[in-house]
Amino acid sequence: MKLTAQEVEYVAHLARLEITPQEKEKFTAQLNDILLYIDKLNELDTKGVEPMSHAIGVTNAFREDNVVESIGTEKTLANAPDARGEFFRVPKVIE
Amino acid sequence: MELYQSTIHELQDKIKEGKTTATEITCSVLQRIDAVEEKVHSYIRVLKEEALAAATDADKEIKKGNIKPLSGIPVALKDIVCTKGLPTTCGSHILHNFVPPYDATVVEKLRAAGAIFIGKANMDEFAMGSSTETSYFGPTRNPWDLERIPGGSSGGSAAAVAADECIASIGSDTGGSIRQPAALCGIVGMKPTYGRVSRFGLIAFASSLDQIGPFTKDVEDCAIMMNVLAGYDPKESTSVNVEVPDYRQFVGKDIQGWKVGIPKEYFVEGIDPEVKAAIEAAIKTMEKCGAQSVEISLPHTQYCLAVYYIIAPAEASSNLARYDGVKYGFRAAGGDLLDMYRKTRMRGFGAEVKRRIMIGTYALSAGYYDAYYKKASQVRALIKRDFEDAFKKCDVILTPTTPTPAFKIGEKTDNPLQMYLSDIFTISTNLAGIPGISLPCGFTKSGLPIGVQFLAGHFQEGKLIQVASAYERKAQVEKRRPGL
Repeated sequence: MKLTAQEVEYVAHLARLEITPQEKEKFTAQLNDILLYIDKLNELDTKGVEPMSHAIGVTNAFREDNVVESIGTEKTLANAPDARGEFFRVPKVIE
Repeated sequence: MELYQSTIHELQDKIKEGKTTATEITCSVLQRIDAVEEKVHSYIRVLKEEALAAATDADKEIKKGNIKPLSGIPVALKDIVCTKGLPTTCGSHILHNFVPPYDATVVEKLRAAGAIFIGKANMDEFAMGSSTETSYFGPTRNPWDLERIPGGSSGGSAAAVAADECIASIGSDTGGSIRQPAALCGIVGMKPTYGRVSRFGLIAFASSLDQIGPFTKDVEDCAIMMNVLAGYDPKESTSVNVEVPDYRQFVGKDIQGWKVGIPKEYFVEGIDPEVKAAIEAAIKTMEKCGAQSVEISLPHTQYCLAVYYIIAPAEASSNLARYDGVKYGFRAAGGDLLDMYRKTRMRGFGAEVKRRIMIGTYALSAGYYDAYYKKASQVRALIKRDFEDAFKKCDVILTPTTPTPAFKIGEKTDNPLQMYLSDIFTISTNLAGIPGISLPCGFTKSGLPIGVQFLAGHFQEGKLIQVASAYERKAQVEKRRPGL
């Protein structure tokens, strides 16, 4: 076992996911299966191999810094579960 | 033959000759949807009113003599591409009420080319899956056998074309999500080179792998769609400014003297005997086309799936962090902000999405980055190098698209690793960023379609059209239709 149930709970916290006890049990088993499979990669010696981040070697993609129309506040807030005036509303953050 | 059964090029000829109209075609497809959609469930939303209005407008343009490449052609969009003013769910509860304020670049391009949007197609939630069973809106069924899956994640887009519920469609492919369902539904599907088609307005899954591409009824239609979709987009920094050829010019060209690489690693274990036989027959057909088959090696093939299942979930866990119940989509009630985030994501995401967020979060968490993401990115470089070496020895590569024909609904839902294995022949393409196409190469005895895949070097989509078109003409795979 690479991952304990406690670690699964910690990872869920990092991912901002509430998980049920049943999910915790299921994920612990399934994630361990997947991690065991992934372990295969350690058969390979990759010393000195440059990690690849993108398929095509495009580096900086520049464009002219021109001002164009943006979507605007009204449309941006139209999808918000809760908004007031020009702001998104969320539950209280600071006591 | 009904209008809805036609290809793009057949309908275009009819429109040009004044034998049909955009409205007639759209009505024909809508009637077909009325007749079979209940059985297949290709769509999350059918855009009936919008399509009829667009068809009326298209007919006015056609009357003026303004005929564009897709004038009057009903096209389905995977519900992962943003459509301005029309709900875009990504197959997820968390976006069930999201209405994008802008169009994806591909949507703008298709509309400018005259396409009629007929519906938003079903998909695995956030494109995570190989069967379209993880959709919040319920599974799509394979038109060839309603007990079976259509493949995924673009299963709705593929089933819609196979069931004649549209003329062509758009999908996205992160590890095989266009080619695998194309194979299992008996149609043509292309994943272009990474950067060939703009991803602007495509809801992100794994940003270094995602690419948009078409589903069509034949190879010529694939070329027509690629002519519309391909090209640099200043709004998308990973789109690449490389000249776009007229892909249609490659249709019908011969492949005399071409070398077709057969990777020995793709013929070792777990292939269904009927799939293997069909692929062996396809290799013989290539030889009849005047091509020569050569054995090649892609030595790191056995590591592709492991690399993918680090990179894709890692990128997904980061991309999906934006779904927090604040800016758009579903929000669950919660005590404080953290509680709201956690409950929103618990209730908004399905099991497979959560599983991948968990793997990705773990792989990127403190102390594990080098062991997982960095290691996977290094092996990814080796996989890309395999292909570079292989393309020194051959023009294109031929492989099976999938190890088996379509499996039964529910067969693999409880075993994520088994499900992941159905993408074993398509994933390497995304890791290397090269283009691939799947097209029909036969049927099993029980009548399920089988697909053959061709791969080429970066930006060599033209070669894929050429080889696929040559194969299509020579093989003359029986033109069967699903008995819906």
